[in-house]
Amino acid sequence: MIFVTVGAQMPFDRMVKAVDEWAAARKRADVFAQIGPADYVPQHVKWTRFLEPDDFLARYREARVIVAHAGTGSILQALELGKPILVMPRRAALRETRNDHQVATAERFQSLGRVPVAWDAGDLAQALDRIDGLSSEKTLGPHASPELIARLRRFLDE
Amino acid sequence: MIGRLRKPRRRGRKKILAISSGGGHWIELMRLRPAFEGHDVVYVTVSDTYRSHVQGAKLRVVPDVTRWDRVGLVKCAARVLGVLLAERPDVVISTGALPGFFGVVLGKSLGCRTIWVDSIANVEELSMSGAKVGPFADLWLTQWRELERAGGPEYAGAIL
Repeated sequence: MIFVTVGAQMPFDRMVKAVDEWAAARKRADVFAQIGPADYVPQHVKWTRFLEPDDFLARYREARVIVAHAGTGSILQALELGKPILVMPRRAALRETRNDHQVATAERFQSLGRVPVAWDAGDLAQALDRIDGLSSEKTLGPHASPELIARLRRFLDE
Repeated sequence: MIGRLRKPRRRGRKKILAISSGGGHWIELMRLRPAFEGHDVVYVTVSDTYRSHVQGAKLRVVPDVTRWDRVGLVKCAARVLGVLLAERPDVVISTGALPGFFGVVLGKSLGCRTIWVDSIANVEELSMSGAKVGPFADLWLTQWRELERAGGPEYAGAIL
């Protein structure tokens, strides 16, 4: 199952539509999308608007691969579970988000070699064609870096 | 001052209020949990549905808010203040966003020690809350080395 998520806060119709059109063209019945407060309703994939955190986690666990907006939570949860994830950043210029933090986040995770990025809808369609070959990176541990934990502990012990 | 109202605690054991909004900010907060071992933690977030994440620890819920919702901002701040007065923590720690901002700012003014860990999503610049919260954070951390600066946030690793 391919699990698609755009988070709960804002629509991301550009991504949902690209996934929907790809699923139609490739006759894929194994796609489930969480679309948020979207205006565009998918015609070719199963979808829901919102998922409670527990249900969201269950979907993540069941999925073979995740396709997500470049939200920190979406990316971190995939890495923690060792699920392959493909992201597409929201763009401020298209009113998909407040500022271009998702572009920066995507660049950063991409440069760490952890997350492939589709920069636009065309990119996404091409990346989806290769998605069955996308394999899981090694799992990210459940906690922050030892350095950060140690710094916080030092402060707490003062 | 809140400090004078506190019951004395076992030596070295602190009461921590760990506060954030939902989604990514909450996931980041969860990744900091090993730092809290040996202390008492009260979690504060915007949805009761995160209860399953904190296995038995106390969780309090405050309303979520965007910066454009003036009435919501006041309500959120008031609820966070209520939680602070009820819990009287020694330390407030937040990963953002607005509820956490209120937690750190109000916590500081009530005499708590405060920690702000700016989100990993803020790669190029500190978050708006992060930039404003600096003066109220006793420990102000960024997760990107290039954002560290004297008198500004410190870099001490990332939640990765």
